[in-house]
Amino acid sequence: MSIALFQAILFYVFGALALGAALVMVAQRNPTYSAFALIVTLVSLSAVFGLLGSPFIAALQIIVYAGAIMVLFLFVLMLLNVRTEVRAPGEGRVFKLVAIGFGALLVGEIGSVLVAARPALAGGFDASARQVARLLFETQYLYVFEATSILILASLVGAIALAKRDPSP
Amino acid sequence: MSPTLIQHALLLSLALFAIGVVGVFLRRNVITVFMCIELMLNAGNLAFIAFSRAWGNLEGQVLVFFVLTVAAAEAAVGLAIIISIHRHKDTLDVDAFNLMKW
Repeated sequence: MSIALFQAILFYVFGALALGAALVMVAQRNPTYSAFALIVTLVSLSAVFGLLGSPFIAALQIIVYAGAIMVLFLFVLMLLNVRTEVRAPGEGRVFKLVAIGFGALLVGEIGSVLVAARPALAGGFDASARQVARLLFETQYLYVFEATSILILASLVGAIALAKRDPSP
Repeated sequence: MSPTLIQHALLLSLALFAIGVVGVFLRRNVITVFMCIELMLNAGNLAFIAFSRAWGNLEGQVLVFFVLTVAAAEAAVGLAIIISIHRHKDTLDVDAFNLMKW
């Protein structure tokens, strides 16, 4: 079996897995199961990133999303003791129709553009950590990178201040 | 690796984004809504990676890096807000958060 065929098979397997898990996440009423389905989606997407020739972003996806963000989500779900969503009487149908209508509109609009587009395929593509870091640290993106560290610091302080219990009572 | 594969990656990104949008409308638990937003951010990342591969341009990878950073900050602050709201309202139903509703 040739490498290209093997890559294509893996791409479709992980793509289908990501899609299926995303559907499970949205259809699921229990938020904890939704979170686990989202983890499956994120890990599959990481494999897709790797197959598209971006090993650095694939590793980052696992570390940051599956490792940090989803752990935070599960932590909050278990801290707040979240119950399964109960069905509201009467008003579900309208929302469902609006949701599916908007989804179909979006798929129709963007899909018509994407189907018409004929993407190229650049040769000699190298997105290793070395090349990405060179672009990140040796060009104008260096300042943006420094700005993101301030953003992270601000959100750290903000999160602590917001979630802190009031000491007064 | 073929151009068709790139196109299918873009279509996968579109499908994931649409699922995220539908989930934001459909689900009423605020944490699930938040997870749907994360899914939409990831769909955007996939489109960036696919275009980066298509044009051989590494700037798409750098943008994904920044989207990841912003998503992490957003998740931290958002979940802190959710904890804070849960303390006042004792529920996570988005319909219950109507203080600023006209």
